[in-house]
Formats: sequence, structure tokens, C-alpha cells
Amino acid sequence: MGKTFSEKVFSGKAGRDVRAGEIVTLEPDYILTHDNTAAILRKLPEIGATRLKYPERAVVVLDHVTPAADSTHAANHKSIREFVADQGIHNFYDVGRGVCHQIMVEEHYAYPGRLILGSDSHTTTAGAVGAFAAGIGRTEAAGIWVTGELWLRCPDTMRIVFRGKLRRFASSKDLALTIIGRIGADGALYRAVEFSCETGDQFSISDRMALCNLAAEMGAKNGYFAPDETVAEFLGETRNEFRHLRSDPDAQYVEELAFNLAEVEPVVAAPHAVDNIHPVGDLAGKRIDQALVGTCTNGRIEDLRSAANVLTGRTVASHVRLLVFPASAKVYRQALEEGIVRTLLDAGAVWMNPGCGPCLGAHEGALAPGEVCISTANRNFKGRMGHPDSEIYLASPATVAASAIKGEIASPEEYF
Amino acid sequence: MGRIFKYGDDVNTDVLFPGKHTYTVTDPQEMAQHALEDLDPEFATKVKPGDIIVAGKNFGCGSSREQAVLALKYSGVAAVIAESFARIYYRNCINSALPALALPEAARALNSGDEAEVDLAAGVVRTSRGEYTFAPFPPEVQAILDAGGLIEYLRDRFAK
Repeated sequence: MGKTFSEKVFSGKAGRDVRAGEIVTLEPDYILTHDNTAAILRKLPEIGATRLKYPERAVVVLDHVTPAADSTHAANHKSIREFVADQGIHNFYDVGRGVCHQIMVEEHYAYPGRLILGSDSHTTTAGAVGAFAAGIGRTEAAGIWVTGELWLRCPDTMRIVFRGKLRRFASSKDLALTIIGRIGADGALYRAVEFSCETGDQFSISDRMALCNLAAEMGAKNGYFAPDETVAEFLGETRNEFRHLRSDPDAQYVEELAFNLAEVEPVVAAPHAVDNIHPVGDLAGKRIDQALVGTCTNGRIEDLRSAANVLTGRTVASHVRLLVFPASAKVYRQALEEGIVRTLLDAGAVWMNPGCGPCLGAHEGALAPGEVCISTANRNFKGRMGHPDSEIYLASPATVAASAIKGEIASPEEYF
Repeated sequence: MGRIFKYGDDVNTDVLFPGKHTYTVTDPQEMAQHALEDLDPEFATKVKPGDIIVAGKNFGCGSSREQAVLALKYSGVAAVIAESFARIYYRNCINSALPALALPEAARALNSGDEAEVDLAAGVVRTSRGEYTFAPFPPEVQAILDAGGLIEYLRDRFAK
């Protein structure tokens, strides 16, 4: 019997044959933490440990509430800076460098076959380049820091196959939301989700990151694309040396689903659940107060281009705040070079610093009671972006841009 | 026996413990005061030690924040019984030694107002509607529960 990608990564790490369902203790290649590093470092004295076992395996990115919104956050950030200096953690990214999941891929910590664990649920994003990447809790992150290891259950794998081609006005975000709408927020619970496309390499690294990011909203342990030529090229490799990581032809999947890309249309996740999916037309006319392009889901250059395409020569409705959060400083610089910063500024957008922005409701655009936001982020839970009586709709960058122009939820189709 | 508080499917971490408090609220008692505040604002004042939460599918979906577990634990909640759990939440329950039991039959049968108690050693939930048994946890998990949580488990390991 052949192995799945997950079984191969687990077997490689364990040094023996591991099959889905088995619990094994493994050493991750990297352990990612963000602003919550402040809480995690405070666990070391509770454990009775003082030093990280492998400081070179820690990646620390300040992104969640950056720059600090108040003195409490500032004190947390300060304690993190002192900690990384003291522990000799060199993989440290301070305020403004980018969202942690973007950094993991951009800086090539995410790499085919690596095991990456992070104290953030969207750590799954790193599966875009063929890493096995999963979210864990804070105490577990502290445990990995001091022991180098963690117990994990090798997941069953669910295969999602794409055929056909996305239409111009439909994006990988629409596809991901469509999948969530079909299988539900627990449709891939405890499972690995293998995304594959049978009709050519049409998914960019950015597209793959959006899909793997949203695998978390399917309940998945990890999501991934098998590392192919696109990944090899992204990593600067001259040849694809990663073929051995692909699931074997006779590997066992617990479920297989197929999606016709040509049928994917712009969709919106309505409050307060990510699987509350509707065609954008069904919600057209819903008045919005705020529009957000960015976050770990859709803050890459491809996303900003998509928004800029819609907004070129147009202006944001007078009652709408359009906030733009590039996923990293690198993305920001690229947007500057491509003229996207100017385009969106001319349209009336507010450029914000790279980071998570108001996605978790702490700062930089939190919502008042009764306000409505359409966002490219990945969660629309009640109260997440501010007041519990506010509403969050999730959509693609193009749909968010079209809605910002109209001042109400609108399809991007007419702008293509 | 503890009283049961029953909720639906997909109870997420933002309603269990709002994200806006995750970096500012660190005191256990204060954390408990925010438990479930965006879903059931009266929960924090109604809950008593030994009470049990019963819910539907995908309990704890969303963020990896441990406060979503700790807020319940510090409220005195003795166990969470659900049809299924989001995976990080489930791990966080183990690491905080808050029993999380995926028992679809019990989760569907029990309602607010019912009473229940969890006997971990015997692998049984005794309720006003009958008994529900569950399989033992894997050894890796049981060791953490036995220690009283992951911090305590690691402390034992480092003390040796």
C-alpha cells in the first residue's frame, strides 16, 4: 500500500513507517510564534526551563497588534525583543516585516517535506510549497521550544481535485470559499487536505497559500499542494527534486472530491460563519461601511493587483473606508514599484502597515455596533473585528474592491 | 452532579473568548468573566464549579488561543462534551487538563437543565438521561491529563 504525502513526511521524521491514525513524537523543523510569544515565554519559568533547545528552529514574527496599539501590547513586544536577544533567536521579524504566514513562505522557512508547527491556526498556509504545516496551542509551542518535540497524530487525507479553468472574475479565494460552503466548517476535521489540479499548473504560490490558509476553515490539520515545478521555481531550484514527496498512486484517501473550476463564481461568506456561502449576487446591495484588502489570506501582490485592476480610474464610495494591508514589506515595495500604491491611493484607499490589521479586532479598523465590513480575511465570527453587533462578509480582493466602489456588496464581474 | 449548558454547532473561539482580549487579559478570574460573552452573556454569572458544557459539531473552531479553553476551566467548567471538536481546541483542552469528550450520542441527547458528571478513570459520563461510555485516551494524552496539564507534565520532565 502506497503512502500519502503526510504519511511520507511523518515516516521521514520518525525514521520508521508511520500510517494515518498513528500517534508519533516528532521534531518540527520550525516552530512559529507571533505576538503570543510574550505569553509563551512566560511559560518557561512555570515549566522550570530556561533555554530553548534549538533556538535556530524558532521563528518569531510580530504581526498581530503592530505597531503596538497601547502600552500593554508595547510591553509584550518589548519582552519579546529582550527574549529573542537573550535566547539567540536570529529568525526574528519585528514590526512591519509582514504577517507571519507570509514570512514563512517568503523567507523559505516553508520548504517541501519540512514539518512546521505554529501557535496560530493559519500555520497551514505553509502547505502551499509542500511543507506539512499545522497549528498548535501556546503551551505546546513552549513545550517544543524546550524539548524540541511534540506528539502528533498522522492525519487521514482528503483529496480535492480541480478540473477546468477559473474564469477571469473568479479567484482562488472564491474557490476556497466554495469548497468550504460545500463541505462545511468541519468538512475536513482532523484531516490533511490535498489540493491538486488535473488541468495544468494554473495555481500560483499565492493561490495555493490562499487555499491552504483556508484549509484551517475546513477544520483541516494541514492543507497542501504536492511540491511541483511551480514550487521548485519559486524556491530557486533548477530541478524539481521533490517528486518523492507526492502521494503514491495507490495511497489511501478517506474522501475524494472534485470541483469544476469553470463553474466557480464570486461568492461571499455571510455572518457569522465561514461556511455560510452565497453567490455575491444574492447579497448585492447590502450597504457596507468598511472594506479590507489584505491579511494572511489575501495580502499578496497578486491580491493587490486584483484590487487595483478593479479600482483603476475609479473611486471608493464616500461613506466607505477601504483599508489595504500588504502581507509583507516585500509585497508593499513591489506594490510601490508597480504603481499599485498610487492607484489605490488615488481611488481613496488607506494604506496600512504590513500586519494582521483589524482581522482579530484589536486595532487598525475595529468595527462599531451595527457596522458592516467586507473583507478578504478568513474569519467572520461574531464580534471578531470589533463589536459583537457588527457584521463581517468575506470575499475575494476583486469583490471587496467592487463593493468599495459601489458602497454595497457588489460583483466584480462588470469590471473585468 | 454538574448542570449542563447546551450550545449548538461551530461554537468558535471568538465567542468563547474574544480576540480583542487575547493580549490584554491574563488574570484567570478576569479571563473567566469573558467566557462565552459574545454567545451567552449571562454564562459567566450563571456557571458554577462542576458544570458541564454540551455542544454540537466542531466545538472550538477558529483561533489557536488557549484562553478559549482556560476561560471555561477558570469558570469551573468540569468537562466539555461535544459531537466533535476542532483539532487545536481539542489539543488545548488536553494541555489544560480540561476533559474534552467527543460523544455524539450524549451531545445530541443532553440538554440545558440536565445534570451530568464525568468519571475519567471509569470512562463513563453519568447523566440524568443515562450513562455514556468512552474509550481510554492514548497513552501520550493520558500522561498529560494525569500530570494535570502540559505545563505540569513538562515540569515533571524537567525536574527529573
